[in-house]
Amino acid sequence: MIHGLVARPLVFTLDALMRYPMVSRMAFVECGGNSAPLFSKEPIEATVQAIHGLVSCAEWTGVMLSTLLEETGIDPKAKWLIAEGADSLALSRSVPMTKALDDAMIALYQNGERLMPGNGYPMRLLLPGWEGNINVKWLRRIKLVETPAMSYYEARTYAPILPNGKAYQFYFLQEVKSFITHPSAGLKLNGPGFYEISGLAYSGNGRISKVMVSADGGKSWAQAAMQEPVHAKAFARFRAPWRWDGGPAILQSRAWDEAGNVQPTRAQFIAERGETKTVPSVTGFPNQHYNGPTSWGIERNGEVKHVYA
Amino acid sequence: MDNRHRSSASLLDCAAVLIALALTSSAAFAQGPNLGKPISPAEIAAWDISILPDGSGLPPGSGTPSQGSRIYAEKCSMCHGANGKGGLSAALVGGGPLTSGIDTPKTIANFWPYATTLFDFTRRAMPWPKPRTLTNDEVYSLTAYLLALNKLIGENDVMNADTLPKVRMPNRDGFIVRFPERMP
Repeated sequence: MIHGLVARPLVFTLDALMRYPMVSRMAFVECGGNSAPLFSKEPIEATVQAIHGLVSCAEWTGVMLSTLLEETGIDPKAKWLIAEGADSLALSRSVPMTKALDDAMIALYQNGERLMPGNGYPMRLLLPGWEGNINVKWLRRIKLVETPAMSYYEARTYAPILPNGKAYQFYFLQEVKSFITHPSAGLKLNGPGFYEISGLAYSGNGRISKVMVSADGGKSWAQAAMQEPVHAKAFARFRAPWRWDGGPAILQSRAWDEAGNVQPTRAQFIAERGETKTVPSVTGFPNQHYNGPTSWGIERNGEVKHVYA
Repeated sequence: MDNRHRSSASLLDCAAVLIALALTSSAAFAQGPNLGKPISPAEIAAWDISILPDGSGLPPGSGTPSQGSRIYAEKCSMCHGANGKGGLSAALVGGGPLTSGIDTPKTIANFWPYATTLFDFTRRAMPWPKPRTLTNDEVYSLTAYLLALNKLIGENDVMNADTLPKVRMPNRDGFIVRFPERMP
């Protein structure tokens, strides 16, 4: 249902929604805590999956939320809406109306199939480019309000603590990020020679405009080729040819998005956001919203390790 | 009524009917299928458990820390430990200064900006295996108990729709908006 600061509170059944105009788009959904192992003061030895795996990309199909909101008649006093899911803890998040009216979707299909139970069947709120938690699954109720509710996950969980003891709030955005998936930690190269470095880049701000790749820990860079088409707020695959001479090497990628944002260097990121004083568990989630670089060290025997550079 | 009064009354009637027609005419609706079904305030009330930091949405009811202590022992301590010290689930008392590290555990006392969040979350999500089984009085009582445990209210303070939003949490001013230009 949609209610609150509206002229006409309405219930939209699944049967009704199936008759509404639908759109399809690619979008990644990334946990706000993805990549959190990189807050560790020392590199945690783990695979790219363990470090960056809390993200996916799919084609989403559904009804634009703006279509439904127009039908209810939005009260101009409404600056936020509260979206609530039907999971056991009735997860509830506050969304600015600007985002709700921009590209928010009531998603019914994922990759052309009805949503899986674990992905929010029968419908979820899709907010392209925004932290996973706010893409409320099993969506059941939307309430238009004047101020944010400051519910549990927004008041507490997704508010990253800063080095000075303050915390960011209303982060929302998953910023530009990239990482090399091959070669990556845990894999082993079979001797020197030609390899294709490959990885993923994405940004909550729009399209990836450029990815640069380095094999010497960031001293020199070459531009990677992008797999076309490059979609906004979706995974972009990048590839770069590399000749490994058999010596130690450190692979790193760096991405830019079309809004002009770029991944910070590790030094820049840590200066602003800090790092932990002890090494946490790889599943520890010490902080949220990391988008600095990822470095893979290649040893002479071909083993790939997670390093900092 | 004299004729003059009657004609101005009917003019007003006409105007009222015309305005009503204008509001309900198809031009006022979106161009979509318009398949949303109206829902009554009574039906909405059965579902609306949203609470705002100013206390809007808080239901009738009340509770005290000592009432909450009994409910806590029976329904909460198996996961959250005796007196909120933690166990299978997070501790609900204490919490170090946030300046001790970016991974400092966030607690009710050291982090939560609003006490209403505690009521909202407890009512919608707890107990974990049986959410939405607490009465509103029980939620107020548990909220009072946890706030008192954390020395944020007095041992005998009553929590209700009026007093709860007035509780000032220590970290209320501890936040910076990340992207101010994107805020409403």
